[in-house]
Amino acid sequence: MANRVWAYVDQFKSQALLASWEVVFTGRKLADQLGSGLTVLVIGSHLDALAKAAIEYGADEVLLVDDPSLEDYRASPYAAALAGAVGENKLDIFLFPTTTRGREVAGMAAIDLNTGVLVDVTEIKLDGDKVTAIRPVYAGKLLSEVVCNAKPQLVTLRGRAFEKPVPDAGRTGTVTKLPTVMAEDEIKLKVTGYQAAEGGVSLTDASVIVSGGRGTSNNSAEPPAEITDESEKEIWKAQQGFILINDLASVLDGAVGASRAAVDAGYVPYVHQVGQTGKVVSPDLYIACGISGAIQHLAGMRSSKVIVAINKDPEAPIFKYARFGVVGDLYKILPPLTAAMKERLEK
Amino acid sequence: MKIIVCVKQVPDSAAAMSVEDGKISWGDAPLVINPWDEYAVEAALRLTEAQGGDVIALSLGDENAKEAIKHALAMGCSEAILVNDPAMAGADTQAVARVLAAAIQKIGGADIVVFGKQAIDSDVGATPSMVARLLGWPAVTLVSEIVECTQSEIKASRAMEEGRQQVAAELPVVLSIVKDYGEPRYPSFMGIRKAARASVPEWTVADTGIDLPSAVVTWPNVMAPPEREVTNEIIEGSNPEEIAAKLADKIMEEKVL
Ligand SMILES: Cc1cc2nc3c(=O)[nH]c(=O)nc-3n(C[C@H](O)[C@H](O)[C@H](O)COP(=O)(O)OP(=O)(O)OC[C@H]3O[C@@H](n4cnc5c(N)ncnc54)[C@H](O)[C@@H]3O)c2cc1C
Ligand SMILES: Nc1ncnc2c1ncn2[C@@H]1O[C@H](COP(=O)(O)O)[C@@H](O)[C@H]1O
Repeated sequence: MANRVWAYVDQFKSQALLASWEVVFTGRKLADQLGSGLTVLVIGSHLDALAKAAIEYGADEVLLVDDPSLEDYRASPYAAALAGAVGENKLDIFLFPTTTRGREVAGMAAIDLNTGVLVDVTEIKLDGDKVTAIRPVYAGKLLSEVVCNAKPQLVTLRGRAFEKPVPDAGRTGTVTKLPTVMAEDEIKLKVTGYQAAEGGVSLTDASVIVSGGRGTSNNSAEPPAEITDESEKEIWKAQQGFILINDLASVLDGAVGASRAAVDAGYVPYVHQVGQTGKVVSPDLYIACGISGAIQHLAGMRSSKVIVAINKDPEAPIFKYARFGVVGDLYKILPPLTAAMKERLEK
Repeated sequence: MKIIVCVKQVPDSAAAMSVEDGKISWGDAPLVINPWDEYAVEAALRLTEAQGGDVIALSLGDENAKEAIKHALAMGCSEAILVNDPAMAGADTQAVARVLAAAIQKIGGADIVVFGKQAIDSDVGATPSMVARLLGWPAVTLVSEIVECTQSEIKASRAMEEGRQQVAAELPVVLSIVKDYGEPRYPSFMGIRKAARASVPEWTVADTGIDLPSAVVTWPNVMAPPEREVTNEIIEGSNPEEIAAKLADKIMEEKVL
């Protein structure tokens, strides 16, 4: 009998994203509740080590579609491999991580398997084999209960919203290899290159984020004489603040975030933007420096566990959401704060 | 080149959302074009400016969706179509995708269909990949840069977690656009006047040539997020060093590190 609960592992260069193990681990719990086994599907190339890890995180059965043509992620062959693996199996629940690839593959699976997908959920309840999930909508300004009235119920889980996965080296399971479904000449998309992102912790995985806003440009230091353009001067000034932010972030093993105002003004690239049109994050610690707390920014970070605000203006809305606030100049507070944290963390 | 850009109407991002009698309310905030879709319109316009051709804005929604369409027209789209069918109220993403795909086929002859990354109301971000699957076209989602586009092929960079993936895809193709692509233009005065005068054909689902798709995903309950009890504490001191030391101790006490 086929397993009724499946989980999808998103990998990049044969490494699973952490969110994938959260999905496998949650899948294990749901399978136990249903008295079913857990099947984990991995698509890519060179997946043997991943298969072993999938078992340690809770898989009873691992299906590998392992082929050189699947080395780089491409939506169509991955979606076809997924539909092929599901085939005639009758499953109740199929979990995915809400990564860019996971979301896309799940969307395509909804079409192929004639069902629907509950995207980016933060909680799951089971009533028999029926899932009721909770998902933030309007960037978390509201929460929605959602259900999928067809099977399999496809669900993508938000990273860091579910229990931290713990591997168990003693677990056993089977590994089955499946053939790839699409031949190379049927695939209308080629991957021609790849450019790694600048180093540093990614916002969505980070448990600590230190963010800067427009306030970083309010810096009394003068830019070097060769910078004459006014907006270049402003960018230079603000970037000195982001150097301080980066210093604190690296002491805390955290990521650097930014408000949209800081991104739009060119202080830092868009990958750092937090908020309704940036990334929605919920780290354990969020330190906002020179950020006023506009509703679109708050939407992206207000579910953080502990919020700290450093802002010159005691009336800044961000203070209402902050566990700790400092009314002051970020340029004065950040250097001693970084030093103090370094000391306490014995770094 | 014929390009279709899909735009959705959403409550303004500054709206404070609430739930009244089980219904979602955005107070008196205006409805606007989904901010991500402005990037999609921008990309579609730049493609035709380079290649020649027309951009058609397509939206599924009620009367209100005309504002999103007007904005797209004012930015420079040459035509628009509104699929307005009361039976689609409460439709889920796959139902929306099925109707959009059918409308795209009904319009016919499109080389490229451009989407926003995500709608800021439902935050689903799956419509582009679903439509691509339904059409059987390659999906090049999360495009941060279009490197080259000819009548038969598009070369683009995609923003992924780990960096940028460069791809080359055969046309026809489905794209979704992210903010790195470049800032959307403001509607020109002439554009606004043209948009105000434009007549926008309205289709029902039946007009697109398919049966009404049924919603698979439903949302029986929407609620405000639980109020979070935050005790605000302002850290004070006679100099920055003292404040920093106190704040560091407080952060350590929270045991989040
Ligand atoms: C469609 C749309 C989508 C949006 N999406 C987002 C989004 O995703 N994310 C987002 O962040 N915003 C978003 N916004 C923008 C948002 O409305 C605000 O404009 C933005 O968040 C403001 O950024 P800020 O707090 O850095 O700047 P400001 O509001 O200008 O605040 C700067 C703050 O810095 C303080 N300050 C100044 N100097 C110092 C100093 N030396 N030390 C300490 N504090 C100082 C000031 O007191 C002020 O409070 C969006 C807006 C729209 C219209
Ligand atoms: N009702 C709609 N009408 C037209 N386009 C839509 C509609 N819903 C979603 N889209 C498009 O699909 C993208 C992603 O939406 P979503 O998957 O709902 O987050 C949006 O940015 C739009 O480009």
